[in-house]
Amino acid sequence: MENKVILLNHGSGGRLTHQLIDSVFASRFSNPVLEQRSDSAVMNIGGERAAFTTDSFVVNPLFFPGGDIGKLSVCGTVNDLAVSGATPLALSASFIIEEGFPFSDLERIADSMAKTALEAGVSIVTGDTKVVNRGKADRLFITTAGIGSFRNGRACTGSCEGVKPGDVVIVNGFLGDHGMAILAAREGMTFSADVKSDCAALNRIIADVLDKTDAVAFMRDATRGGLGTVLCELAEDGGVGIEIDEKALPVRKAVRGMCDMFGFDPLFIANEGKVVMVVREEAAPLVLDIMRKNPQGKDAAIVGRVTDEASKVKMKTVVGGTRIISMPAGDQLPRIC
Amino acid sequence: MNIREDFRNYRDCCALAERIRAESKTPVTIMEVCGGHTMTLQRYGIPSMLPETVRLISGPGCPVCVSDIRFIDRAVALARKPEVIIATYGDLIRVPGSSSSLEKERAAGADVKVVWSALEAIAIALANPDKKVVFLGIGFETTTPGTAIGIIEAEKVSAGNFFVLSSHKVMPPVMTALIDEGVKIDAYLCPGHVSVITGSSIYEPIAEKYRKPCVISGFEPSDILQSIWMIVKQFEEKAARVEIQYKRVVRPEGNLRAQAITGEVFEPVDDYWRGLGVIPLSGLKLREKYRRFDAAEAIEVEVEKTKESKGCICGSILKGVAGPYDCKLFAKTCTPDSPVGACMVSSEGTCSAYFQYGDYGK
Repeated sequence: MENKVILLNHGSGGRLTHQLIDSVFASRFSNPVLEQRSDSAVMNIGGERAAFTTDSFVVNPLFFPGGDIGKLSVCGTVNDLAVSGATPLALSASFIIEEGFPFSDLERIADSMAKTALEAGVSIVTGDTKVVNRGKADRLFITTAGIGSFRNGRACTGSCEGVKPGDVVIVNGFLGDHGMAILAAREGMTFSADVKSDCAALNRIIADVLDKTDAVAFMRDATRGGLGTVLCELAEDGGVGIEIDEKALPVRKAVRGMCDMFGFDPLFIANEGKVVMVVREEAAPLVLDIMRKNPQGKDAAIVGRVTDEASKVKMKTVVGGTRIISMPAGDQLPRIC
Repeated sequence: MNIREDFRNYRDCCALAERIRAESKTPVTIMEVCGGHTMTLQRYGIPSMLPETVRLISGPGCPVCVSDIRFIDRAVALARKPEVIIATYGDLIRVPGSSSSLEKERAAGADVKVVWSALEAIAIALANPDKKVVFLGIGFETTTPGTAIGIIEAEKVSAGNFFVLSSHKVMPPVMTALIDEGVKIDAYLCPGHVSVITGSSIYEPIAEKYRKPCVISGFEPSDILQSIWMIVKQFEEKAARVEIQYKRVVRPEGNLRAQAITGEVFEPVDDYWRGLGVIPLSGLKLREKYRRFDAAEAIEVEVEKTKESKGCICGSILKGVAGPYDCKLFAKTCTPDSPVGACMVSSEGTCSAYFQYGDYGK
């Protein structure tokens, strides 16, 4: 191994993170459930199928337009459960707090978690609190875990086995809002006041779709690494090709402007309230219609389709050229979630 | 002006590509000097729209890529000093030196901060009076005025703990050096941002003496397609002129104030380019009057012995005589995650652009 220490980039969610997980964790923890490699582990508990997942949050700043670390920590875990097809039931929340952290901020964050959990219909049922010396952690880190039930009778949508050429790729709205809102907040950019994080629980919009159709072959929430990373993972793991149309990608004008300024590609910018759904072609109009009736899906759009060109993601560009989309390399914005 | 509507317009771009296809008869090799152009070309899939007669090669216009490995080694050595804070543009963090990189030094405890400007580095210096803040000054004519302003500002606010490690370079000498070396270049797609500062006259000798068409291009897809069309027209007419396509920001005389401030702070010096060696008067160093801000002189460090990575052909890629696909390491041992050569690191590097956007599986 050339890199003997952990680099910031190991946490980017991109190629280096995958390598780290493979070489250090997956090989040692190896078991059939872990090998599913989806956002939630789907397993049998007492004879009943359930989903189980966990996520840590280290976002900087703690408060940002459209949300805060508390809201993020509830939504992130709820969404990981929801995209696997499960109904989120209960969460745990663990706090690592730096000595000297203001009580008022902690209360504000806890209020936000309670409100988000209530809205999403989940309970925070257990937790843990640790305080470390000043300087030994940056203010506050939160870890949540959650369990979800499949009593809803739904199929698991977290693995891409069922994805077929001809299927359609849908996202529920504008891309890149979260990443750019964090960047704007960090850099103190005043001109981007209208960019807010899309941080939201997606279990209701997902349930709305799954209640009406069983034509959803795969779902994943496009967080760190953005839509582009999800599509690359899908192409690689599912052995299918994907062709997307740049013209069809929903991106706000302000987000596009910021991306142009900083040289980012909105395809790879983080979201915290976006689900990528792969659905059978004939069901696409229905899914779009259901999504658009939901506040989380007003701007839902078909962005591409699945092809038989194995493991390749291609994009038709706005000017009429074609290019390959590949997994992003570096992490331009650490501590985004 | 709406960039998305006006310059990334499907109809206009297709029409321009159609003109290029109709009018290009003679094979022409065009070098895009600037990394920003390489990015636009790849990002919008423009090569897939061009006829076989038009061949694009990437040039030495990514400042990170052409920087001397000794520059990185010195920055690494400075970063290891406990009293030093390195302030740098993000692109440099992952560039491999002989045995380390700023990214690895940061993981090992060095204070390496990413900044957007020299002025931001000065703010860090003022906030940390017991530290020495070293700003890594890198880039061509475009970014040099920013560093120069930083130095003048540092003097004004008496930031005695602010230093610059300069690797600033100028464009014209390398463009003629490539032709002198025998690299096959029929025309130059000239860098737009550099030209905003310098004006168009710096390319006149290339057009007159070397008879190569030069078109100063913007960075949007329709800018580049229009520039390629302008080059094709000149080439078919056997003309060799300097033309400005990027008229909305480039003036023939350039930005006189920026030129003056650069001239006040910096003077030309022979400089080393990765892959090309020493090119006379192609670099910039601080003038005597401002030498006390020069980190290379003011802060003593022991710089390790230079060790270039084996098998890496960044040098040939920067000269345009080889492409990423010609390199044995490309997409195998050299990837953006663990780059071997500088061209794979910078977001504007040729290898990085091809890896990210190109069909490297083919």
